[in-house]
Amino acid sequence: MTRTFRILLRNPLSLVGFVLVTLVVLMAVFAPWIAPFPTHNGAVVDFLNNNRAPSAQNWMGTDLVGRDIFSRILYAYQISLILGVVVLAIATPIGTVFGLMAGYLGGWIEAVLMRIVDVFLSIPPLVLAIAMMGVLEPTLTNAMLAVTAMWWPWYARLVYAISRSEREEGYVLAAEVIGASTRHIVFREILPNCLPAIITKMTLDMGFVIIIASSLSFLGLGVQPPTPDLGSMVAEGARYLPDSWWLTVFPGLAILVAIFGFNLLGDGLREILEVEE
Amino acid sequence: MSPIFRLLIRRLGISLIVLIGVSMLIFAIARIIPGDPARIALGPNATVQQIAKLRAEMHLDEPLLVQYGYFLADVIQGDLGTSLYTNRPVTLDIAQFLPATIELVLLAGVIMVGLGLPLGIVAARYRGRWPDHLVRVFALLTVSAPSFVWAVILMLLFAFYLPLFPIAGRISDIYEIDRATGFLTVDTLLAGNIAAFGNVVSHLILPAVALALSGIGQAARLTRANMVETYQKPYIEMAQAFGFYPSRIARIFALKPSLIPSLTVIGLDFAAMMGNAFLVEAVFAWPGLSRYGVAVILRKDLNAIMGTVLIIALTFLIVNIIVDLMIAFLNPRIRYSTRTGT
Repeated sequence: MTRTFRILLRNPLSLVGFVLVTLVVLMAVFAPWIAPFPTHNGAVVDFLNNNRAPSAQNWMGTDLVGRDIFSRILYAYQISLILGVVVLAIATPIGTVFGLMAGYLGGWIEAVLMRIVDVFLSIPPLVLAIAMMGVLEPTLTNAMLAVTAMWWPWYARLVYAISRSEREEGYVLAAEVIGASTRHIVFREILPNCLPAIITKMTLDMGFVIIIASSLSFLGLGVQPPTPDLGSMVAEGARYLPDSWWLTVFPGLAILVAIFGFNLLGDGLREILEVEE
Repeated sequence: MSPIFRLLIRRLGISLIVLIGVSMLIFAIARIIPGDPARIALGPNATVQQIAKLRAEMHLDEPLLVQYGYFLADVIQGDLGTSLYTNRPVTLDIAQFLPATIELVLLAGVIMVGLGLPLGIVAARYRGRWPDHLVRVFALLTVSAPSFVWAVILMLLFAFYLPLFPIAGRISDIYEIDRATGFLTVDTLLAGNIAAFGNVVSHLILPAVALALSGIGQAARLTRANMVETYQKPYIEMAQAFGFYPSRIARIFALKPSLIPSLTVIGLDFAAMMGNAFLVEAVFAWPGLSRYGVAVILRKDLNAIMGTVLIIALTFLIVNIIVDLMIAFLNPRIRYSTRTGT
């Protein structure tokens, strides 16, 4: 693990990714202390200072009701990261267990589970999430639910593909011969060999989950105001282009920077993994 | 029976199963709605009798399985119900809005393949050198933002600061075109109005590029990875030993097998575009299916939501079948196989 990490940081692109992700996480965690206007994450109104261009006081300008955009971006990072972590923490185990079962047990379980996965994968992820949010109330919890519901099948398919090929490997057959239980074989023998791929996918997916979640709130189907969210900030500001460009450009760039970091990191991880294989 | 035809039949069979599953999923989503669909449909001022009447019409008092049966029977007959938002049959609404989205997604697909594959080929050809690194950074950058961010950035740069393209819509108001097919590129050409055709294309470019950007990067990276892998195969070495020109080896021996895995992902990207169209259409005020979709979702218009998702899933399945057939066509092992391959 430490060795992988050292190789990872030797690649300049991965190093940039690591720095970006660390920065974003730190900004989110310490938002209340870093933010110049920590109260501006809620329903604060300051019409005297509304819609101001970037200045020494408000580095990224102020929004339509006078809140500091930089402060709001910091708090929006909090929400995005929490959402990403929660979604992956729920979707990954579910997908992994289904994938392992389908891949190792085979037979009708494989057929049924993988057809269910096919059904989920045959609707574009964003459309499925939009449809679910269409019938649910737009709250953070429901957004997590909707994104999780469309995310687990991707892990199921990944783990299924690996475990199906591992099923025939010598070490699995050996474990079967000495009479190991199915549970032991699946979780102690096969699962460890799926973990590198799962972890890499999680790093890459962190960015995608944030993209989907911000897309939902961009359409007004995610986190509701006054809670700051990068997607809804872009949507709100888009109507005031090109004059009040700071309303959209900074939240947009904030999304780009965070996700670019996760992607660089995940890409580096994947490369190391492929070389080792 | 030719293998490709057999493959087609097999794929159609699987797609049918998946489609039934999709209809169940959509039905399930529509039934997890909190509250009474009939009450939501009629609004806050409806009387108890009105609600009861609509509940009976919507079969809401029957068991869930029976409700699903009615739903499926309607769908098979091409009846997606009436939209509460437009008060018209959902099928009619979709027929009106779908062409704009398909036109957009098709052009985005052409851009994605037209730029993504060459970029990937160049990156593989100059592996480890600066064109390769450049393509890699470009690819990672383009997948690092939702398409609405790209849409806003492109709009700011190429519609506002450099006014090269129009800001919004499908066609300028000055053109009166008979919308026979709904595809404005086709309609303007049918009308023989070249100026209007140019106008429609210029409206299409920015949204299509915004939609295609993340796909371009993915297509390029995948093509690169596959090309690099193919180049390590013995038969390429043999071709090199025979003294074929590198360009000929790239074109004839390396490209075709490398395209096969790319095609699968391009199919998936195409599906993702149907979703991302929701975002791009919102930015560019594009009157397509996604705009309709968002409008009906905000009004909790169940029939229209279910219909829209069903049509998108159907489009995606059709695209996937086409992709599978293209793969079969490219892969002689499937094309000439005597037994059914997977």
